[in-house]
Amino acid sequence: MDKIVPTPSTGIIPERDLGKPAVLEAMHLGIDFGGLTAVDDFTITVAPTEICGLIGPNGAGKTTVFNLLTNVYQPTRGSILLQGRPTQGKSVYEVNKMGIARTFQNVRLFKDMTVEENVLVGLHNEMNYSVFSAFTKMPKYFKQERAAHNKAMELLSIFDMESMASSRAGSLPYGAQRRLEILRALATDPCIILLDEPAAGMNPNETEALMQNIKKIRDTFKIAIMLIEHDMNLVMGICEGIAVLNYGKIIAKGTPAQIKSNPQVIEAYLGNRGESDA
Amino acid sequence: MKTRKNLPLIVKYLIVAAVYALFLLAGNLLIKNKVIGLYYTKVLMVVAINMILAVSLNIGTGYLGQLPLGSAGFMAVGAYASAIFMRKVPIDPKLIFPVGIILGGLVSGLFGLIIGLPALRLKGDYLAIITLGFAEIIRIVILNIDKALGITLTYGAANLKNIPKTTTFTNAFIWVFIACFLIKAMMNSRHGRAILSIRDNEIAAESCGINLTFYKTMAFVVYAFFTGVGGALYAGYLGILNPSGFGFAKSIDILVIVVLGGMGSMTGSVISSAVLTIVPELLRAFSDYRMIVYSLLLIIVMIFRPTGLMGTKEFNPRGIMDFFMGRKKRKEER
Amino acid sequence: MSTLSLIIKQIINALQLGSIFALIALGYSMVYGIIRLLNFAHCDIIMVGAYISWYFMTNFANMPYLAVAAAIFGCTLLGVAIEKVAYTPLRGSPRISLLITAIGVSYLLENTAQLWLGAAAKSVPPFFKVTTLSFMGLSVSTTSVVTIAVVTVSMTALTLLVQKTKMGRAMRAVSEDSQTAQLMGTNINATISFTFAIGSALAGIGSVLYCCAYNQASPTMGSMLGLKAFVAAVLGGIGSIPGAIVGGFVIGLTEVFVSSIGLSTWKDAVVFLILIIVLLVKPTGLLGKQVNEKV
Ligand SMILES: Nc1ncnc2c1ncn2[C@@H]1O[C@H](COP(=O)(O)OP(=O)(O)OP(=O)(O)O)[C@@H](O)[C@H]1O
Ligand SMILES: [Mg+2]
Repeated sequence: MDKIVPTPSTGIIPERDLGKPAVLEAMHLGIDFGGLTAVDDFTITVAPTEICGLIGPNGAGKTTVFNLLTNVYQPTRGSILLQGRPTQGKSVYEVNKMGIARTFQNVRLFKDMTVEENVLVGLHNEMNYSVFSAFTKMPKYFKQERAAHNKAMELLSIFDMESMASSRAGSLPYGAQRRLEILRALATDPCIILLDEPAAGMNPNETEALMQNIKKIRDTFKIAIMLIEHDMNLVMGICEGIAVLNYGKIIAKGTPAQIKSNPQVIEAYLGNRGESDA
Repeated sequence: MKTRKNLPLIVKYLIVAAVYALFLLAGNLLIKNKVIGLYYTKVLMVVAINMILAVSLNIGTGYLGQLPLGSAGFMAVGAYASAIFMRKVPIDPKLIFPVGIILGGLVSGLFGLIIGLPALRLKGDYLAIITLGFAEIIRIVILNIDKALGITLTYGAANLKNIPKTTTFTNAFIWVFIACFLIKAMMNSRHGRAILSIRDNEIAAESCGINLTFYKTMAFVVYAFFTGVGGALYAGYLGILNPSGFGFAKSIDILVIVVLGGMGSMTGSVISSAVLTIVPELLRAFSDYRMIVYSLLLIIVMIFRPTGLMGTKEFNPRGIMDFFMGRKKRKEER
Repeated sequence: MSTLSLIIKQIINALQLGSIFALIALGYSMVYGIIRLLNFAHCDIIMVGAYISWYFMTNFANMPYLAVAAAIFGCTLLGVAIEKVAYTPLRGSPRISLLITAIGVSYLLENTAQLWLGAAAKSVPPFFKVTTLSFMGLSVSTTSVVTIAVVTVSMTALTLLVQKTKMGRAMRAVSEDSQTAQLMGTNINATISFTFAIGSALAGIGSVLYCCAYNQASPTMGSMLGLKAFVAAVLGGIGSIPGAIVGGFVIGLTEVFVSSIGLSTWKDAVVFLILIIVLLVKPTGLLGKQVNEKV
């Protein structure tokens, strides 16, 4: 693809990504639910190893943006390029294979499967043995299963969760569930990962650890991360670029410092809701 | 399967096979010496057939988390396909018996594909009613097709007779083994996990790169295949077929077995098939009251044990094959 | 008879059959709407209603009103009793367990009837003297007229009840979102029981109308009738009252039409085929509400 404009979400590219093609480009995305325009004219470009934040008051349309980017909802308007390739008309699983993975605001784990199995589902497309190899227990089956097991354990070690590998996912404490969901998304080998309120329900210590781990994930896997978060310490602490959404529209883009001092943002947050959202 | 250091796999399989062969041998011996009479031999064959039907329906309900009510239809397809084949092919039925069974399964699997593709766009109760509809259509077609087309294929209401009675205690239970082994092998693979993930959370599964349509259809086809196998064995057991034997009450009976066994538990399905087939036979002494007792039992078990005999789903993946393979202590080993 | 009057006669037959289906479909639909249960026992409530009619009509032949009242009252009582004894303990259990319980209740009723009254059908004496009304060259049996009239009145009453009364509002609230309804102070238990009572009373009326049309009661009469009515409910959009009516009439018309062109052995297949096509085109039925999951 020739037409890649490397202008990341903020207009400033992290230095290490200078000159590299963007990993995700959304252009003029919009969706209507009946009469409600939930998202409108959403344009964003994410650099290959950028951590960017998507913030805004409740109901601003942040989760809807994630649903649009992953094709869970078909956009009414606009287009998306993932590593330069259009995702239009693709189904959710195909878009995942193209390199986008996500977590959900209301955790969606495979509750009745074990922690390890949850990650193994993420590794599904890493393996390619057929049903018949499974039926006949071919060497290929064992080889790939063993490799997947090792990889799953390795991923679990990011959050020190190896010891929980065979517990039922639904029985984990809430924080651990959220972390597992991130690992499951990582397992699908994405080039960008979307985290919907990863720190929700976590205590300050957990949040601090999560911040470090998100950075660590970006550094080890060299992927882009886009996150929705209401915890401003986290957002300001790790995001290189931030986009602010209000009533479905982007009202500001910039570095954390720029966003903090943007009058429109302050208005959106403080003007009608007070500090509780921040 | 990864970290177990004990016996090598092949040895384990041999042990399982040997134990099962021993069971078959013992059964045969008892039957030969008339310890198990003709009547109870037949009951055991029905037990085996119900086991196959239940473990395959369990793929749809327990593993995929849907409610297909088409068992009777797929059974009918398998039964008629295999029966017509066995009658028409002029070779000793004992020799081509396995071919007949597999053919029954394959034809039924094909029907599963044709029905599954549209039907699986629906979920839950709607899937239940649409599969029930397909099954009824299959039954009515089998009933009327001869007259409509002026052929003699199914003989409709006039019974398809003289089907070689090839189903025996041994081969019925061999098929139980095959079905359990293959289904378990599938469930312990990436394909099985994909199916389970769809049950637990469809949207999340799709976001993890699982092709929903493919895996739902696959689960459905495997369900149809083994149900067809069960039907084929049923044909070889009865020796005579009539479409009225494949009404939707049959599908319900199998669903009852699966739910009472505990959904998603293969062990549960197997045990519950045995119990729910044998208990009514034992109740024959109270012939008139036995169906009443049966229905009361159903209600009482559900009220006091709503998740079925095998209880909650945590135990599910550790089914009977795990048990046989000494994989019972999988958790501790890791 | 001219072709036109033949067609009209068939349409009236279809309306009669369709109204019975619709009445029974409503019972399925209302119960499904409120506790998401395919109430397999509903069809056997009709069977019980038919036997009550049979009992009263054979013993008190001169008091048909008594038979009607007894059938309706008996069905209502039975429906509520089933709900209290078998379904209430399972609230909060997996839905499939509830379904199996319903199947258990259905088997229990069928087998009890069979054991007690025998498998053979009992013939129910006519409730009123059936005559043939004729006007403008058309002849219509009084049964058809009475059936269609009774169903119309019942439907209107039900619609008024659901739309205009406090209980009706509670029913709608519970079927929309039972938890929120409870938080808002709705008495869930009473509402569910009331729904069962209404559904079963309609089944009672349906059983009387069935007896008028076919003059017999048998232990298994409910199963096919129930299945068709259930199909009607799903076809029209389960949980929707107008849906059940539309579904009932569609099925009645289909059956009568398919039979009248000489394909009566295929009529059930056609009914199911229509159901399948409708569900594939509109997955929640003709008048059902589309629900989409928020992610
Ligand atoms: N499937 C849908 N159908 C109809 N409306 C929807 C749907 N999904 C989202 N909306 C609406 O779109 C708007 C944006 O919702 P969204 O969930 O994206 O907000 P959000 O920014 O994620 O809020 P929060 O911070 O509370 O998570 C809301 O008004 C919501 O009701
Ligand atoms: Mg949100």
